[in-house]
Amino acid sequence: MESRSHAGAVPSTLTRHQLLDEQGVVAEDPLLSPYAADITVEELQHLYRSMTLARRVDEEGTSLQRQGQLVLWVPLRGQEAAQVGSVWPTHPSDRIYPSYREHAVAFERGVPPAELMRYFRGLSAGGWDPEQYNLNPYTVVLGSQTLHAVGYAMGASLDRKAAEDSGSPLDGDPEAVIAYFGDGASTEGEVHEAMVFAASYDAPVLFFIQNNQWAISVPFATQSRVPLATRAAGYGFEGLRVDGNDILGVVAATRYALEKLRRGEGPVLIEAETYRMGAHTTADDPTKYREREEEDQWGHLDPIERLRVHLRTVHCVDQAFFDTVAAENDAVARQMRADVLAMSPPEFVDRFDGVYAEPHSLVAAERAEYLDYQAGFVAQDDSQDSDSEGVGA
Amino acid sequence: MSKLTVAKAITAGLARAMEENPKVMLLGEDIGSLGGVYRVTEGLKARFGAHRVLDTPLGEAGIVGTAVGLAVRGYRPVCEIQFDGFTFPAFNQITTQVAKLRARTEGRLSVPMTIRIPYGGVIGSVEHHSESPEALFAHTAGLRILTPSNAQDAYWMEQQAIACDDPVIIFEPKRRYWLKGEVDEENSPGDPFAAAVIHEGTDATVVAWGPMVPVALAAAKAAEEDGRSVEVIDLRSLSPIDFDTVTASVRRTGRLVIAHEAPTFGGLGGEIAARVTERAFYSLEAPVLRVGAYHLPYPPAAVEDHYIPDLDRVLEALDRSFAY
Repeated sequence: MESRSHAGAVPSTLTRHQLLDEQGVVAEDPLLSPYAADITVEELQHLYRSMTLARRVDEEGTSLQRQGQLVLWVPLRGQEAAQVGSVWPTHPSDRIYPSYREHAVAFERGVPPAELMRYFRGLSAGGWDPEQYNLNPYTVVLGSQTLHAVGYAMGASLDRKAAEDSGSPLDGDPEAVIAYFGDGASTEGEVHEAMVFAASYDAPVLFFIQNNQWAISVPFATQSRVPLATRAAGYGFEGLRVDGNDILGVVAATRYALEKLRRGEGPVLIEAETYRMGAHTTADDPTKYREREEEDQWGHLDPIERLRVHLRTVHCVDQAFFDTVAAENDAVARQMRADVLAMSPPEFVDRFDGVYAEPHSLVAAERAEYLDYQAGFVAQDDSQDSDSEGVGA
Repeated sequence: MSKLTVAKAITAGLARAMEENPKVMLLGEDIGSLGGVYRVTEGLKARFGAHRVLDTPLGEAGIVGTAVGLAVRGYRPVCEIQFDGFTFPAFNQITTQVAKLRARTEGRLSVPMTIRIPYGGVIGSVEHHSESPEALFAHTAGLRILTPSNAQDAYWMEQQAIACDDPVIIFEPKRRYWLKGEVDEENSPGDPFAAAVIHEGTDATVVAWGPMVPVALAAAKAAEEDGRSVEVIDLRSLSPIDFDTVTASVRRTGRLVIAHEAPTFGGLGGEIAARVTERAFYSLEAPVLRVGAYHLPYPPAAVEDHYIPDLDRVLEALDRSFAY
């Protein structure tokens, strides 16, 4: 979409990379084409499956919230290519730091949809096991996780250097770290510090920005005069601007960035230009701040539809495949719904155990106080029962 | 045994922690080549290397936030915040991330990191260099807070904080950096989260911490000349607070004065007063009294001695307590 004009704004000359155009036709891009050349049709079908699964679960999430089964849901509709395309090329050993809309990233990392819903059902403060999936929990204070990603990446480099110095270098590719955030978070001061520190210590971190054009109700033009990828140059590292609704472009840009990081030439920033087709959250009402025409325009750029057309017209994938995927996704969504509805609330008393790693006198005392208080209720209920029985007798 | 200043005891404590665990690393502004603005980290970069003593870019959120990632990665980062008043750019990281990451992951991720903050006034400096913000952090679950008042505690608390699997803030009493004391490198003083009765007495208890401990001791000595026997407790840990030691003392003495450099309103003195009143109401001969700074921003250096409680204000509070 066109940016609003700013008096005195200097136009950006940054190339916008694209491999799969709006008609599903592959375009040549001198930088990125080599990074998508070997993608097989089976892999494209996997990407399609992942993107559509995320959208199906997303729809189920909105329904569950509307039915009072989730405390909140954060729709990702429209951002499937940006998310799946950026996480698919990673190694399991690469640490991922999501923001809070990265459901497709989490699913691609193996997090079962129902496990992710624990957070949105108000049962858990985090959801999945971060070590199992090498995926940090969601971070709601915008941009804070970018610094953690940089520190983690600094640690990965230090580990590798220490192993080399000790004469027993680590096997395998050097690790890379991805920090996800959006155009809204990009204006947070901590994101600036993350980029400064990443540059100072050559941290192998990919800053992956999903520019979905809206920070709740504030349009991108208020966040920045220029594409966000432009900012990387100011920190002295490479910034790539890519069509975020183009799955091939996102995969290729991410592969290119990860290679650089593994060569020790990081950090890298990718800005994937996409669109939040739904509301910010289920508590939001986009009709208050944006036009239907804009939503329709972006609707024509739907990342899933683009890949579907590509698969059908270029790779002759038949309708049976799409039908099967849809049926499979429905089954996953149904199972997820059943699992969510079957979840029982946690015991409040367990909250006292998760705060400190080592014994803590105040927490121990308050835990005992809480249990005493609860025990008092039980005793009172019993006595009331016996009283009423007494009256009855 | 060595006789060291508080500052050099901290240096020695950090050095020993770095010797014993290769994962311990220091991050901060000007801590490497310069050795820190108070020279607390002097010599450590030369000894352990630039990869373990990081002269970071200027950015407190950056220092603390990257340390979170390093800690999760398996390192034991020690952050230095240059002055108390510069902690606030990192306030978000400390309160929403450092403190909460373990709870958010239901105990799956720990954040074993240390944040060193030189704090307190009476150093004749400009604004933002003399503050005592400990209550702001004590109010946040997930953090631990230590504050040494002498060289022995300074030496050991740094090592104990670094070894702790929870995030620990160490408020270092910067006006006592040059206070000398014996350091026993062989024998640890034990639990860092326990308060210490450092001067026994029978008529009243004074609780203090960090830079106010020598003031409280001086008050006890002065009161002795008036025939009053005053017990002094060095609180040592501000989160958690060892209420048992304080309560036990008040049960014996019947009177309590709490003295801190931070403003009285909303300060930790109020929390201690409330707890002691709840626990030892029938032992109290007088209301619990607090001596702290006024509800004002830290004043210009020329008048700071009116703001920070001194010996006379502690004695005056003791007099008021005895008058009941």
